[in-house]
Amino acid sequence: MQLSLGPVLYNWSPERWRDFYFRIADEAAVDVVTVGEVVCSKRAPFFEPELPAVIERLKRAGKQVQLGSLILVSLPRERRHLDDLIRTSDVMIEVNDLTGLRSINGRAHAVGPFVNIYNEASAAFHADRGAKRICLPPELPLRSVATIAAALPQVTFEVFAFGRTPLAISARCYHARAHKLAKDNCQFVCDKDPDGLALKTLDQQDFLTVNGVQTLSYTCANLLRDIGALKQNAVGALRLSPQDCDMVAVAGIFRDVLDGKEEPEGGSRRLAALYPNVPFSNGFLHGQPGFSYH
Amino acid sequence: MSYPSSPTGESLPSIPPLLARVMRPLPLLPLEIVLARFMQRICRRNPQIFDRLGVHAGKRFGIKPTDLPFAFVIEASTQRPRLSVMRELPAALDARISSSLANLLALVEGRVDGDALMFSRQLVMEGDVEAVLALRNAIDDAGLDLAKEVADLFGPLGEPVRQALDAARNSLMKPNPLSQETRPWS
Amino acid sequence: MELICPAGTPSALKSAIDAGADAIYCGFNDETNARNFPGLNFSRAELRQGIELAHRRGAKILVAINTFPRAGAIEVWHRAVDDAVDAGADALILADIGLMDYTARRHPDQRIHVSVQAAAANPDAIAFYVETFGAKRVVLPRVLSVPEIAAISREIECETEVFVFGGLCVMAEGRCSLSSYATAKSPNMNGVCSPASHVAYEQTREGTSSRLGGFTINRFGANEPAGYPTLCKGRFATELGTGYIFEDPVSLDATALLGGLRDAGVTALKIEGRQRGRAYVESVVRHFRGALEALDAGREADIARLTPFTEGQTTTVGAYRKTWR
Repeated sequence: MQLSLGPVLYNWSPERWRDFYFRIADEAAVDVVTVGEVVCSKRAPFFEPELPAVIERLKRAGKQVQLGSLILVSLPRERRHLDDLIRTSDVMIEVNDLTGLRSINGRAHAVGPFVNIYNEASAAFHADRGAKRICLPPELPLRSVATIAAALPQVTFEVFAFGRTPLAISARCYHARAHKLAKDNCQFVCDKDPDGLALKTLDQQDFLTVNGVQTLSYTCANLLRDIGALKQNAVGALRLSPQDCDMVAVAGIFRDVLDGKEEPEGGSRRLAALYPNVPFSNGFLHGQPGFSYH
Repeated sequence: MSYPSSPTGESLPSIPPLLARVMRPLPLLPLEIVLARFMQRICRRNPQIFDRLGVHAGKRFGIKPTDLPFAFVIEASTQRPRLSVMRELPAALDARISSSLANLLALVEGRVDGDALMFSRQLVMEGDVEAVLALRNAIDDAGLDLAKEVADLFGPLGEPVRQALDAARNSLMKPNPLSQETRPWS
Repeated sequence: MELICPAGTPSALKSAIDAGADAIYCGFNDETNARNFPGLNFSRAELRQGIELAHRRGAKILVAINTFPRAGAIEVWHRAVDDAVDAGADALILADIGLMDYTARRHPDQRIHVSVQAAAANPDAIAFYVETFGAKRVVLPRVLSVPEIAAISREIECETEVFVFGGLCVMAEGRCSLSSYATAKSPNMNGVCSPASHVAYEQTREGTSSRLGGFTINRFGANEPAGYPTLCKGRFATELGTGYIFEDPVSLDATALLGGLRDAGVTALKIEGRQRGRAYVESVVRHFRGALEALDAGREADIARLTPFTEGQTTTVGAYRKTWR
């Protein structure tokens, strides 16, 4: 089973972003790396100058590189940008929205976790149009994952295995709103929270995380305990979503458990030490509330 | 008990407190017998209510008109729907619904929207919210016309009930001076 | 412009026709539609009767089959499509790509509308549905301004339908798992958002608390207007303060923008609220029928009398008039 590193979802500084990927290239036990700004098109210009060097370094390290597309495409410039990306990119595109499918026009591509693939028929539809890898929506229970993966052995299916779980995308920016700023003049305040802005209920219960136009779980997905079941059901890769912690070490733990060098419980203890104070969850996979851990 | 002014800035029709006090010592049994028979008749004539209730048929609903000195418990089971009248709602219920009598009657007749009553805080639900919604949707679809019959059941007290009901019918469609501003969306 | 009205029950369907609906949208009483609420929706027989009634009265019926079929149980959704077609539905409102594919192949003459749950927010995505499945209409997500809608209409080859009244999704529709994060039930999979089965109201000294799946969503003072206990409209706390982090309880009312929407090339206006009672359907549909007649006659529309029906007793024109652009 492969390990796949998802795109950085938060607004990190370009230097930190570049150095993060350089270290991933040099040290991390991951097979596939998806780069690119997928959350907010306003952030993209900061990372673009660093992108060629990052892709080059990852490729040289033997990683399979994918370029993620924007989750919510609405502005004309966002459409143009996506179109350019698809036409000119020499790495595989991971589409996160159906907008790109016309330009993709049957070429090999990946489908990200933000595209609604809930069943074997829609997975087959995408496969017929060139999808080689599909990261399934985090909301899917194991039974659905298993049915879909069994129906399409030619496609590599990924599940979301580590990180705060993306739950929603909006045209409105909640970081800007929380700072009482208009979206157009957001001053990029989401950069103050490299791991997202934590949100509690009125009764002080940890609940969600705000990341600009995106809303994520407060809990951190951890599917170490489920690796056996996922392997049995032909899941081809585990997606690790970058958080503000040592992701090289996170990948190492997942590799160890995959290779049988570490038990899931021991691995989870190590994960908890690396990314402290954030409870684990795997409820979605078990058909239970997403925040829960089984 | 009269209602405080509603959040929409209007006072809502309700049974006057004096009248409610007069009603307090009334024996409940005759009322129970009449209402139970009345409900069973409605259930017989509108069996589709039970289809809509689905798994919630048979649950115990407590209905508390906030302006009356008594309350009702309804068990809407298909075989034998039951209704009892009591001074206070018992603890063992699946769900409780409270609002003014006028609102409750208007709701039964589908003349007000249940969500609108909830948004304006004129209706309180507790317990099994899903069962309450199933009941409300089932009754809304049945298109019942209770106004006359219910007022008749109250005998000499029927007229104020009918007045309250008529007022309730119109109250929701009145202009709402406090909430005409629209909010920007950013 | 056509007026598209909600019906959660046969009685509401009749009320909508009486009040002047051009078309009514409704769904089966199961997980195949996105308002899979207790006591709501249509049996096969009720849908057939509803379609007969509507057609007699010159109205159309659009059947929403707009959840995403469960893997391994797709035939449940296929049956819903087949039965709706067989009953004479004027259009099917679909969200899942696999289900559109099935419908386009099996029932090539059936009119397909792209559900708002498909979140087709730009001309490229819309063109994909038109070219691939022959979709005739797209229900636009509630994230677009009137000028953006005008620009989209100019670029696409199908009709557009936009919401003019009722509940607002704050997040991109069909792309939100907030509900299942707290309750295991989601709009996409189960046709419910913040389901009643997981809602608890608690009367406390500070007011009424609403809880969903064990999480406190809001607390209202005794005289404070309320909204649905949906996650995106709750009060929460961050280090920057406490309040409505995503959106206040508020409902859409675009009465004032009908002229702009017509000029933007919109084909149909949609009223949200299949979960609402007959009283809502009757009043809101009648209001918009009047507003459309006023528009056609070049008169000012009556000022809305609809605030009592709205969440938080407050209305907004939503994204149609964006303040951030």
